[in-house]
Amino acid sequence: MSIEIKTNSVEPIRNTYSNIKRRFGDKPASRYQEASFDIEAVTNFHYKPLWDPERTLNDPTRTGIRMADWHSVTDPRQFYYGAYVQNRAKMQEATEHSYSFCEKRGLITRLPEALQETLLRFLVPLRHVELGANMNNSGVAGDCIAGTVTQMHIYQAMDRLGAGQYLSRIALIIDGGTGEALDRSKTYWMDDALWQPMRRLVEDTLVIKDWFELSLTQNLIIDGLLYPLMYQEFDQWLDRQGAADVSMLTEFMRDWSKETVRWVDAMVKTVMAESETNAVQLQAWVDQWEPRAYEALAPLADASMGREALDAVRAQFATRLKKLGLNSQGVQA
Amino acid sequence: MVTNKKKLSLKDKYQYLTRDMAWEPSYQSKKDIFPQEDFEGIKITDWDKWEDPFRLTMDAYWKYQAEKEKKLYAIFDAFAQNNGHQNISDARYVNALKLFLSGVSPLEYGAFQGYAKVGRQFSGAGARTACQMQAIDELRHVQTQIHAMSHYNKHFNGLHDFAHMHDRVWFLSVPKSFFDDARSAGPFEFLTAISFSFEYVLTNLLFVPFMSGAAYNGDMATVTFGFSAQSDEARHMTLGLEVIKFMLEQHEDNVPIIQHWIDKWFWRGYRLLSLVSMMMDYMLPNKVMSWKDAWEVYYEQNGGALFKDLERYGIRPPKYQDEANKGKDHISHQLWSTFYQYSQATNFHTWIPSEEEMNWLSEQYPDTFDQYYRPRFEHWQALQEKGERFYNTTLPQLCQVCQVPTLFTEPDDPTKLSLRTLEHEGERYHFCSDGCCDIFKYEPEKYIQAWLPVHQIYQGNCEGADVETVVTKYYHINAGQDNFEYLGSPDHKRWQAIKGQKPAEPQAAKPKNAA
Repeated sequence: MSIEIKTNSVEPIRNTYSNIKRRFGDKPASRYQEASFDIEAVTNFHYKPLWDPERTLNDPTRTGIRMADWHSVTDPRQFYYGAYVQNRAKMQEATEHSYSFCEKRGLITRLPEALQETLLRFLVPLRHVELGANMNNSGVAGDCIAGTVTQMHIYQAMDRLGAGQYLSRIALIIDGGTGEALDRSKTYWMDDALWQPMRRLVEDTLVIKDWFELSLTQNLIIDGLLYPLMYQEFDQWLDRQGAADVSMLTEFMRDWSKETVRWVDAMVKTVMAESETNAVQLQAWVDQWEPRAYEALAPLADASMGREALDAVRAQFATRLKKLGLNSQGVQA
Repeated sequence: MVTNKKKLSLKDKYQYLTRDMAWEPSYQSKKDIFPQEDFEGIKITDWDKWEDPFRLTMDAYWKYQAEKEKKLYAIFDAFAQNNGHQNISDARYVNALKLFLSGVSPLEYGAFQGYAKVGRQFSGAGARTACQMQAIDELRHVQTQIHAMSHYNKHFNGLHDFAHMHDRVWFLSVPKSFFDDARSAGPFEFLTAISFSFEYVLTNLLFVPFMSGAAYNGDMATVTFGFSAQSDEARHMTLGLEVIKFMLEQHEDNVPIIQHWIDKWFWRGYRLLSLVSMMMDYMLPNKVMSWKDAWEVYYEQNGGALFKDLERYGIRPPKYQDEANKGKDHISHQLWSTFYQYSQATNFHTWIPSEEEMNWLSEQYPDTFDQYYRPRFEHWQALQEKGERFYNTTLPQLCQVCQVPTLFTEPDDPTKLSLRTLEHEGERYHFCSDGCCDIFKYEPEKYIQAWLPVHQIYQGNCEGADVETVVTKYYHINAGQDNFEYLGSPDHKRWQAIKGQKPAEPQAAKPKNAA
C-alpha cells in the first residue's frame, strides 16, 4: 500500500522553453533536453576570429562533415553535467577502494621487480596517450558547436585526464610516491623503439585540423583498438605472468570504455546515415588511420602477448565497424 | 622497487599527475601543435614557471562536484514541487531573471567553448588542465542556470527563448559582442579578458548583485545556484590572478601588451555591467545595495588594492577608471530610463519606481537622483496616469564598440552626452565615450565588422520592415506578453491572482494579442 501526499498543483503557462518546444512539443522536457539542445550561439557573430579569419566563431565548416542538424547526434547516456559527474563520482569511489586495497596489501610492491618494470614499460606510458586524447577532445569541444555533441567531448577530455592520473598512480605505488618510476616509464615513451610508432601517431593526431576527423581517429579508431588490446588482452597476459592484481587498478578503464563505445558508435552511425558524402569521407578516414593505429600497437603486442592477440582485436574492431557501415582495410572479414 | 629518493611534496605530486604526462614532441613541431601562441606578441620563456592556481585531480573533481550537484538538484526539485515561484517578493523581480537568462547564461556557454579551446591551445600542460576544468565548470553553470530558471519559465513570460534572443535582440548584442570580442581574440587576450578582467576584477559586480538579489527577494532556486557556484568561482578567480602574474613575469615586453588589454577589457566590462547597475537599483523589489555602493566596495576598494599590488610589474590602474568612478552616480538611472522607453522591444518589463523606491534612490544618490532623474520619472508617471505611457518609437544610435545606445554623459556634465565620432577609411563611426573610441582606434578592422542590431533592422536583415514585426517575428518576443509596461501585463495579473490582491479574472488575464 502506498500513501500519497496531496499537493497544490498550479497551472503553468507553458511546459518548457520555446527552443525545446520546437523540437519536442509543448510538454514537460527532461533535464537532458533542456540542458543540451539549441542553447549555443548560431548566428550574427560580431567579429571574425584573429586565429582563423576565413571562418566565423561557431562555424560549422570547421569539419568537412555536413549535417542538416548536428543535434541529431545525441548521447545515449543522456549525460548533462550533473548526471555526468554523479556517474563518475561513483566510478571513482570504486576505483579508490581498489587502489587503497592494493596499496594496503602491498599487492603491487611485492611483485617481482621484472614484472614491475613490465608495468612501467607497457602499461604506465599509456598515460601519455591519454594526455593526447585529453588535448584532442578538449580541442574538439572548442570547435564543434551543438550542445549535444560538444558536451560529450569535454566529458571525454576530462575522463582521459582522469585515466592518465590513474595510470600515473600505478607508478607512484611502485616507487613509493617518489616519482622515480614515472620518470623511468617516461623514458620508455620517449626513447624505447617499442613506443615510437604510437608516439608518432599521437603527435600526428595533435595536428589534425578537421574536428570530426579528429574525434573519429581518436575516439573510434585508436581507442577502438587500444582499449581492447591493452585492457583486455594485455590484462590477461599479465595474469599469466603472475600480475593478476593489476587488473583491479584498470577496472575503471574497462568500465569506462564499455560505456564510451555507446556514444561514439551512436555519433558515427548518425553521421554515416546522414549522407553518402559523409559515409565516403568517414570510410576514407578509416582507411587512412586504422592501419596507423594497428601499426602503432604492433610492437607492444609483439613484445608481450603476441601479434595474434592484436589481430584478434582488429577482427573484433572490424565487426564493430561493419555494424556502423564501415570497412576495415586490414581485415577482409 | 628500492629507491632512495624523497617522497614527493603535494605540489610536485600534482605536477606529476598533470604536466608530467606531457612531453617534448619530436615527430611534429611544437609550432604546428600549438600554432596560436605567438601571434599576439606575448613571450613565454618557461611554462614550467606556471604555478597551479588549484590542485584538483579528476577523481577529487568528480567527487566534490557530484556532491554539489546532488544537493542543488534536490533543491530545484523541491522548489518546483512546492511552487517556490510564489514565494518571491514580487513578480517584478522575475524581470531580473529574464535579463540574466537571456544576457548572462549564454555567456557561460561561450565561456565553456572559449576555455575548451584555450585548454587545447596552450603548450603548458598545467595551464591547459586549469582551463579545461574551467571549461567544464562553465558548462555546468549554463546548464544549472537553465534548470534553475526552468520553473520560472513555466509561470512567467519572457524567459522562453533566451538563446534565440541572445543572437538577435538589440540590447543583447551588448553581452554577445563582449564575449565574441574575447573569443575572436588570441588565447592570451582571451584569458586576460575573461579570467582576469571579468572573473577576477569585475565578477563581484556581476555575480553578487544577481545572487544576493535572489536571496533578498525570496528566490530559492537562483540563490542555491549561486551558493553552489561559489567554490567554482573561487577557482576561476585564482586562475585569473595566476594568469596575469605569470604573463607579466615571463617577459618585460609583455607588460605594455597586457596593460592595453587591461585598459580595454576594464572599459568593455564596465559598459557591460551598466545592465547590472539598472538591475540592482530598479529591478529588485527588495534592494541589496545601490550600484554606487557596490562599485565603491568591489571596484574602488578591492580593485584599488589589486592594482596597487600589480604596480611592481609596471602595471597601472585601467585608463578611464576615473570616468567609471564618476559614472557610478548616473549609469543605473540612465540605463533604466532607456529601457523604460524601449521596452516595446525587450523580453522584460519596465515600470516607474514606487514613491518609496524613489526615496531610497534619493538617499543612495544624494547628489544626482533628485536633480537629474526623479523629474524624469515624475514626468513619465504623469503621462502614464493620463493613459499616455511613453514609448520612444525612434530607434537609438548605438556605440560601435560596446553597442549600448549612446546614452552616457560627459564625466563632468550629466546633461551632455559623451558622444564621439571618428572617420575611418571614408566611413563614419560613433561611440558612447572616449573609452570605446580608444578601443576602436586600436583595432578598427575588428570593430567595423560589428553586427549592430539597429543598423541591421534598417538594412532589412531582421525579418521585418517595422519594429513590431522584427520584435515578434525575428526576436520571438510575444507582443503583449513578454514586452511593454509591467503594470497590467499578464505577469502582473497572474501575480495579483496568486496573492489574492484582486479577484482572479481569467478573461482579463488573457493577453490582448493571443491568437
